[in-house]
Amino acid sequence: MNTVAKKVMDGDVRAVARLIRDIDDGIPEVREVLRELYPHTGKAYVIGITGAPGVGKSTLVDQMVNHLRKRNKTVGVLAVDPTSPFSGGAILGDRVRMQRHSMDDGVFIRSLATRGHFGGLTQSTRGAIDVLDAMGKDYIIVETVGVGQDEVDVVKSAHTTVIVVIPGMGDDIQAIKAGIFEVGDVFLINKADREGSDKTVSDLRLMMDMDHKKHDEGGWRPPILKAQAVFDEGVKELLEEIDNHGKYLVETCGGLNFWKRRDKVREELTEMVKVRLVEDVLNMLMESGELDRAVEFVIEGKLDPYTACDNLLFSRRGR
Amino acid sequence: MVAKPGLDGHDRGARIIARAYRDAGFEVVYTGLHQTPEEIVEAAIQEDVDMIGLSSLAGAHNYLFTRTVELLREKGADDIVVCGGGIIPDEDIPALKEAGVKEIFTPGSALEEIVKWVKQNVRPRKD
Repeated sequence: MNTVAKKVMDGDVRAVARLIRDIDDGIPEVREVLRELYPHTGKAYVIGITGAPGVGKSTLVDQMVNHLRKRNKTVGVLAVDPTSPFSGGAILGDRVRMQRHSMDDGVFIRSLATRGHFGGLTQSTRGAIDVLDAMGKDYIIVETVGVGQDEVDVVKSAHTTVIVVIPGMGDDIQAIKAGIFEVGDVFLINKADREGSDKTVSDLRLMMDMDHKKHDEGGWRPPILKAQAVFDEGVKELLEEIDNHGKYLVETCGGLNFWKRRDKVREELTEMVKVRLVEDVLNMLMESGELDRAVEFVIEGKLDPYTACDNLLFSRRGR
Repeated sequence: MVAKPGLDGHDRGARIIARAYRDAGFEVVYTGLHQTPEEIVEAAIQEDVDMIGLSSLAGAHNYLFTRTVELLREKGADDIVVCGGGIIPDEDIPALKEAGVKEIFTPGSALEEIVKWVKQNVRPRKD
């Protein structure tokens, strides 16, 4: 067995940390390691936490880790923060709320930056989940900023997705209705002491009631919970609902192993192919100088961008 | 990673530095206030960072900075560069550098200079 893979299996924190960096950096050699780790994955329970900035996701994750540790479960946390579109840099601040767990060797916390459009967020997150899984973590919590399409992609990797909202964000609930709303397995209204939390509950319930198809066939009806994560209120109840959802998945999907579920495998493979395809083709076009030449042609008015794009892709396909 | 060791509760400087690093294209993990050197080193290892920037304004830098470097050495992670900043008297700097702190930035250091120093002196680590 590859020495890195073995170290990961033995729970070597430095090896795990380095491997996740290499996955994030897209180093080709990691594929071999991931291949070796693959047979040892599929045991961890993956929880996705998403919601708008400032709703209290990191604080919630911190409390969840605390509860899971009391149950003697080990936990891996992947905290995703956005990359600046201008500088390519990022400030990863989710750890601030979770630092009390840094000395606990049953907890591994890693911050990840989104790194732009085709940086392979999904692929690196998936890879990082598999690494923490192979390392033997019982639970893996993926925390991500929930505005847009990418973040919905991240929660595809989770067994249970928790959507965190706060009272008085009615308009935002409208906005997430079409995307994030549909992927929520549990809804948590955090900062529930604030005005309007009852209205938020009824808004969410109303929207859920409109989603007949899903629930009439004995499907999972997402529970709506209230919490004040900072005071550890409602966190225990959240974990109970996550347990319930896990049981539901076992009953309806025949188990929790991600890689045995046709829908998940299809989604994941599609995503991997997409990422690799885009990376490979773009790299080739950049290295060969074709992209630069096409840019010049368009600027000089010799080509329109649509034809330029066709040329770039067709010249590839022919080879 | 930008970290605030010890009991000092002022992190404006640390946050400004973190922001300057971000604008220079770095990924910056910020740990928050009141960290022990043990917590900082553990976090740095989990995050696999290339550099730790310690900020101290409360006078305990001699112990906190030195202890951080020591712990990294114990864990075999002394390839992570440590630098420090804050209210550090000039006479303390030689001993801190002797202990393994690579550079100290005192009040008045320009952000551009700090960023330039990092770009010149910190390289992604290889194992």
